[in-house]
Amino acid sequence: MITQDYVLLCIGMGLVTYVPRWAPLVALSQRSLPRWLEEWLDLIPAAILSALILPALLTAGEPRQLSLWNNDLLAAVPVFLFALRTRSLGGTVVLGMALYWLAGKVLG
Amino acid sequence: MSDHAAPTVKAPILRDGLRAAWPICVGYVPIGLAFGVLAQKAGLSALAVGLMSALVFAGSSQFIAVAMMGAGAGTASIVATTFAVNLRHLLMSSALSVHLKGVGRRWLTLFAYGITDESFALNLVRFREGGWDWRRALTVNHVTNAVWVASTVAGALGGALIPAHAFGIDYALMGMFLCLLVYQLRGRIYVLTALTAGATAVAMSLMIPGNSYIVAASVIAATAGLFIRRRWPGVARGKDAP
Repeated sequence: MITQDYVLLCIGMGLVTYVPRWAPLVALSQRSLPRWLEEWLDLIPAAILSALILPALLTAGEPRQLSLWNNDLLAAVPVFLFALRTRSLGGTVVLGMALYWLAGKVLG
Repeated sequence: MSDHAAPTVKAPILRDGLRAAWPICVGYVPIGLAFGVLAQKAGLSALAVGLMSALVFAGSSQFIAVAMMGAGAGTASIVATTFAVNLRHLLMSSALSVHLKGVGRRWLTLFAYGITDESFALNLVRFREGGWDWRRALTVNHVTNAVWVASTVAGALGGALIPAHAFGIDYALMGMFLCLLVYQLRGRIYVLTALTAGATAVAMSLMIPGNSYIVAASVIAATAGLFIRRRWPGVARGKDAP
């Protein structure tokens, strides 16, 4: 059973999620950007990935606390080195899953 | 990864898209199933779960929404929270726009729907490597979206029957992100920016709840990186990155 309220909620959530995905794409792709903005945007992916990854590896709990010993982090070190060495996306994903699984078995 | 042929009109767009998208798909299945199970326990039907996944397509905000519904939060506060949680797409969309020059408005409108942390990172790397175009990127966006919707619905229908945490599958997206980060470290300035972003994000995430630290730390780090690049071009130009 889907209520009208629920549909409205989903539409509202969808809209506020969609607009930030859409507006820069349409606004920025149709014109040439100033050099500094292109250089700034060029640095964004490295920044975002790092900002997504490191807190996920180094913090845990709610509220978050620093955690320097957890399976996510322990698996990440060899996985990162493997990625540096091989630059293989598929291999990195599979190795990550295997090491994380192993860490869960061995360390609990 | 670097031996892509130049794209031609006849090149198999769907095949390339699917090949690129698989790590995201593998990563989405356990998260989607978990979301479906959780939503079903909170009283949502499979259809309701599918509706939210199709309209929103943003994992963490969907988890938060279901938790807030369970706590009796109102529509307005859930929508406001969703907005805050998903605002980071603004940056991703901006960075992608550089590679989507000249693509028609309608296609961009369709493309925007599928911008997630995962598709953004993957497509951006592919664009930069060459041999990639917006059609392939669009395929990645929509294939991953279909997998997300399907796995959340499957979770709502019978996810409790599927063993959780099998084969380390929960780590698929982290593995992918780690490798995509490695691809981004193309010189000293990128390493420096990534380190700044990571350290800032960790510090901020310990101090403030929610995920606004992602946008804040990324903006701070990219701005600092731009400043260094401009001020000390020698430091930035170092190509001795791993």
